[in-house]
Amino acid sequence: MSQATLTPSSAPVPAPAERQYQRHDKPLWRRTLLRTESAIILAIVLLLVIATFTVPFFAQPYTYQTMILNSAPVLLMLLPVTLIIITGDIDLSVGSVLGFSSAIFGLAFQAGIPIGVAAVLGVLAGGLVGVLNGVLVTIVGLPSLAVTIGTLALFRGIAVGLLGTTSVTDFPTDITRAMTAPLGGLPVPVVTLAIVVLALLFGALLHFTPFGRGVFAIGQSPENAAFSGVRVNRTRLILFVMSSLVAGATGVYFTLQYSNAIGTNGFGFELQVVTAIVLGGVSIWGGRGTILGALAGGVLIAALNKTLQLAGIGSDTISIVTGAALIFSVVVASVAGFISRRRRSKATAVVAVGT
Amino acid sequence: MTEAPLLQLDGVSKSFGAVAALVRADLALEAGSIHALVGENGAGKSTLVKIIGGLYQRDGGEFTLEGESVDFHSTRDAKEAGIAVIYQEPTLFPDFTVAENIFVGRQPYTKLGLLDRAKMRRETRELTQRLGVPIDPDREARGLSIADQQVVEIAKSISVGAKVIIMDEPTAALSGVEVDRLMGIARQLRDEGKGLIFISHRFDEVFSLCDTITVMRDGTYIATNTTTETTEDAIIRQMVGRSVENLFPKQETTVGEAVLEVTDLTSVGVFENVSFTVRSGEIVCFAGLVGAGRSEIARAVFGVDRYDSGSVRIGGKAVPPKNPAAAMRLGMGFVPEDRRKQGLAMDAGVQSNITLAIRDSLSKFGFITSSLEEPSARTWASRLQVKTHALDTEASMLSGGNQQKVVLGKWLATQPSILIVDEPTRGIDVGTKAEVHRLLSELAGTGVAVLMISSELPEVLGMADRVLVVREGRITAEIAREQATPENVMYAATHAPADNSTETAA
Repeated sequence: MSQATLTPSSAPVPAPAERQYQRHDKPLWRRTLLRTESAIILAIVLLLVIATFTVPFFAQPYTYQTMILNSAPVLLMLLPVTLIIITGDIDLSVGSVLGFSSAIFGLAFQAGIPIGVAAVLGVLAGGLVGVLNGVLVTIVGLPSLAVTIGTLALFRGIAVGLLGTTSVTDFPTDITRAMTAPLGGLPVPVVTLAIVVLALLFGALLHFTPFGRGVFAIGQSPENAAFSGVRVNRTRLILFVMSSLVAGATGVYFTLQYSNAIGTNGFGFELQVVTAIVLGGVSIWGGRGTILGALAGGVLIAALNKTLQLAGIGSDTISIVTGAALIFSVVVASVAGFISRRRRSKATAVVAVGT
Repeated sequence: MTEAPLLQLDGVSKSFGAVAALVRADLALEAGSIHALVGENGAGKSTLVKIIGGLYQRDGGEFTLEGESVDFHSTRDAKEAGIAVIYQEPTLFPDFTVAENIFVGRQPYTKLGLLDRAKMRRETRELTQRLGVPIDPDREARGLSIADQQVVEIAKSISVGAKVIIMDEPTAALSGVEVDRLMGIARQLRDEGKGLIFISHRFDEVFSLCDTITVMRDGTYIATNTTTETTEDAIIRQMVGRSVENLFPKQETTVGEAVLEVTDLTSVGVFENVSFTVRSGEIVCFAGLVGAGRSEIARAVFGVDRYDSGSVRIGGKAVPPKNPAAAMRLGMGFVPEDRRKQGLAMDAGVQSNITLAIRDSLSKFGFITSSLEEPSARTWASRLQVKTHALDTEASMLSGGNQQKVVLGKWLATQPSILIVDEPTRGIDVGTKAEVHRLLSELAGTGVAVLMISSELPEVLGMADRVLVVREGRITAEIAREQATPENVMYAATHAPADNSTETAA
């Protein structure tokens, strides 16, 4: 180092040797296999294998086709909501935003506006809800749970009010059919491509950009994030807008997929979104989680639904199974966390004595 | 030895699993004396205190109280035997009044079976007056300062007849006046015949207050010294097992151009018309009492807090208000006061913490990966000698001193031209303290402007090129290094500028 260290007054200890650090505390297999994401993916694979051999009519392309079509809205919307939950906020308005966007899109189309423009209006209408959520949470400083429960009720009401008991169904059939068409020659619908592309985009944003580092920092400690130059409120606002834009786009897609614009579209989807995310190992307290985990959580629920449905089991049982899976996953995660904390606190004691 | 000591530990050991936290601890506390327990972080002081307080049970060794062997199975056992522990952060019930806190669990009742509030009030008043700090018995504990809360804890302990009072780093969060008051109380308790164990990292307090000093290192008893027959250097040598030649290694620097210029900064009700400059290569210290507004000024300068008027410039360029990211781009770094909440993400690894503030400059084409972060993390962890074996070890697993090194590394990695450090050595051991001082001094040597806030007078006097005394939100005195003495700095910190007689008052 500099000459300064050699002067007697500044050398309380002999010039220290270069310290060596391992990059990781634990070996690779433990870091990759012993995590919620791996467990969920394993569960998906097991489920599909078992279903293929035991559930009649499961092993055919049509099963996968409908499985993805049914779960696409949740799989799309959970991507930005994952980032919101990692900052420690929550967005419960996505289901209502889907319905609101669907209503605006339907009305605009009915009024004779070209379908492309009507679709953009639907997406932007969704985005506006995000601006409202974001402003109330960041500038006014209200808790996101309260704000988005409020906008959940408000925009569901507006969506239903706008269309009344009617619905818009006369969308061009070539477009609606294209929405459910298979992707190339694959046994999956085109929307799969949108899910994959958005997942890659949000995955990259969360895990491989300075912005994503800020998202985690906010969730781990908002104060530390602010002291480290993270624009905390701006980040939170951007995420709420992103979430509503995606929910808005999902609303347009959902409307075309079922060729039906009605205010009740997407009712209750917000809970499926949050369930999938938490099941996938994202901490509801913020600071921890991955896009892969959240997506896997969504896929596991979709596969469970499909399997039970094909096995002739009623929707009430499906809901019981999903709920039990969620509680099981949360309990396992917190027990695992407790065990590793105990192991580590013993390890710390070694360090403390060693220093 | 004519009579057994009030409290005696002989060869006490304690292990957690395979880990020995205490190897062999000896301690003999006489009634009517104040006994200091010193040692670096991790030396085993806290474990020892917890054994005495009944929170842990010892694995081996002798523990006697007034000559009788004792075995505490709970903190309740220890309390009943007359042992009280006063922690740095008192543990009062915030919604209870002072009197209710003192009598919690043993409230007096009137003949009618009602709470005897009058008696509680009267006795509380007597107790606090006896300690020389009258506190309104009807106030809620919530609004009390930490110092007052400690007084309430002490009052509670003597009202239940404690014979042994242990104070675990009680002064860490106190201002100078409050420390003096606490030391007054400690001396009075000693004169009443109680035995006190006093734990502190501050040598001036240990030497002015305590009769004997027991030093521990690595879970082992090292020596017991009579205060009047030992020196600070000797104690430090015993603590670290080597000689720390200089706790304040101030090196000569050439003071250059003004880097940080703050003009008429005002935040109504917090601070007013604060103007100062920090030059390249210079260490400027904010001295003053806790609550004088020093941290608040620094936070506003950095942009974490808002201000009403005034300006902040770095190298002539205006720093926009309320925007730490912009201040950082202009070369400002800020090591905050509360490292656990403001300086670190405790659940995140060493690497993520070190690279958080430089995440933008480390990214390539807008993307950042763990591999891009790793070299910086390795460099700064190594340069600061952070003791951890892996870069992804969570910050919460490190000792306080190592956590502080991670925070310093995080900010040095930004290569600031002006670094603000707020209480950089609070609660860290003497060895790490000297390292931090050397680091700041070297940093100034390379031309960085350093603004340091410290409540420890020796640190201020040892490190500062210039001392700015802050009192009630105003800079009331500017004292050059050569003129600064404990007396004139304390005087300026506690007296209004009108009757400030220091020759260099600003």
